[in-house]
Amino acid sequence: MIESHGLTKRLGGRTVVSDVSFACAPGTVTGFLGPNGAGKTTTMRMLCGLSEPDAGHSEILGGPYRDIPNPGRRVGILLDASAQHAGRRGQEVLTISALTMGADPKRVPELLERVGLEKRAARQRLKAYSLGMRQRLGIANALIGDPDVLILDEPANGLDPEGMRWMRGLLRDFADKGGTVLLSSHLLHEVEAVADQLLIIGKGTIVAAGTRDELLAGAGTLVRAADDDAALGTALSTAGLTARAHPDGGFIVEAEPEDVGRAALAGAVALARLGPSESAGLEQLFFDLTSGAPDAPPAAADLQETAR
Amino acid sequence: MSTAAATLPSDRDAARDRRPSLVTLTRVELRKACDTRAGFWLLLVCALLVVAVAAISIFAGEDFDHTLRNVFDNSAQILNFLLPVVGILLVTSEWSQRTAQVTFTLVPHRGRVLAAKLLASVALALLAFAVTLVVSLLFTAINPSSFNDAWSLGAPLLGQSVVFFIISLLVGTAFGAAFQLSAPAIVSSYVLVLAYAALTSVLKLDGLARWTDQSAFGALTDHSMSAREWARVGTTVLLWLGLPLAIGAYRFLRNEIR
Repeated sequence: MIESHGLTKRLGGRTVVSDVSFACAPGTVTGFLGPNGAGKTTTMRMLCGLSEPDAGHSEILGGPYRDIPNPGRRVGILLDASAQHAGRRGQEVLTISALTMGADPKRVPELLERVGLEKRAARQRLKAYSLGMRQRLGIANALIGDPDVLILDEPANGLDPEGMRWMRGLLRDFADKGGTVLLSSHLLHEVEAVADQLLIIGKGTIVAAGTRDELLAGAGTLVRAADDDAALGTALSTAGLTARAHPDGGFIVEAEPEDVGRAALAGAVALARLGPSESAGLEQLFFDLTSGAPDAPPAAADLQETAR
Repeated sequence: MSTAAATLPSDRDAARDRRPSLVTLTRVELRKACDTRAGFWLLLVCALLVVAVAAISIFAGEDFDHTLRNVFDNSAQILNFLLPVVGILLVTSEWSQRTAQVTFTLVPHRGRVLAAKLLASVALALLAFAVTLVVSLLFTAINPSSFNDAWSLGAPLLGQSVVFFIISLLVGTAFGAAFQLSAPAIVSSYVLVLAYAALTSVLKLDGLARWTDQSAFGALTDHSMSAREWARVGTTVLLWLGLPLAIGAYRFLRNEIR
């Protein structure tokens, strides 16, 4: 169980996280989505007690993170796979964590195998590790205490497609056994397939939250003309429907498919495709909700206005 | 939440909700001091340096100087250059290698981590003392002075030496905590000492220098000290250990972790 109540953080006069509230239930995977710099990492650092919020508070397993007597055995955390000593061997990193939290260091080889790090790799110093290997080691490090909750920041970063699929399976399995998972990503497709719940953050605020279907409801209809998109556009505006061009051709229309079909019929346009916008819509939604670089001057000014 | 825990079928041992003890954390810190390439070589160089200085002390110079007391004093004083670095790296590696992120998520009460690092420093100082003493004994045995006091060391000097080793290492730990970056901490632990001595000399602050200059520590391994010399050690510790430790503790406990 993870709960965030109005977490807010200002850094260098800029509000990087503003009034972020959400809850992650046991048995579910929550995807924390947003572009780089949207405030995902800052939020997660506040959840783990590494950073003091300027307002709001968070609870993990029913209390503040710092009140958990032995947090390593309850909450598995991977915030930055590169934040490890370059001169330490992979297996030693896990051994140190195990000894700190009173877990059995004999589990280390088994865990290394579980995350797909070979014996040779386990004996190497981290300097020789690729980002993908560091991520795998980081995930092993998060799992070594056999926790109830997993908090992972961009764990798919640096993993190859096979590695990503493996990780999805691992997280699904963890949640199915009653665990709570919060994982962040700036890439929709990394979390879309595994997340039960999506949290979309842009410019420090949660702009959308819900299941994939909930978010897609009202995302619009994708329609594509068989040969004349221009005529389709005219037909849609004649019918009074709001439409925007889709980058791959056709339109995303803010209406139900049957209304779009009737509009096309009225305009005598043959259609090649008509249906709920699905993944394209989710991706568009993601961009729409989070568009605008967090550093853009007007956006930053807006944020400071609201902060005051 | 207990309901969430109950749904997980995995085994639940008693250590699960027990706060890691300070002894556990200290043992982990000691392990971290020597399980990296840099840490391992630093400790090895320290040991080799003691051996080298002990060898030179017993074979070079006059027969008159080939005493346990002299060999031990020389070895201890040379270690005084490297022991602070051991203490510095114990703290700064957490920041420079960014392991603080993992350390502080496993132990959110940072004061306990700092306490474990200070205890580990003391343990390493005791180890350094033991190694220096054993090496000194061995080399003195090889070529002892023909004077009959070749083996005398005395309990007071032994006790003072333990204090000397602990101060030497803790000063490093404190500097490491205060600076957080290895290079500035190491450089300033040498340069500030020299600069302070030069400055007090130029400004003719002899009184201040006598009570706060690190040369006060030299007496600890040299001879049985008077009460006044102990007082000098005390005031010097306040400046060179107390001040950086206060700054370091503040930064250690309060800093944002990246």
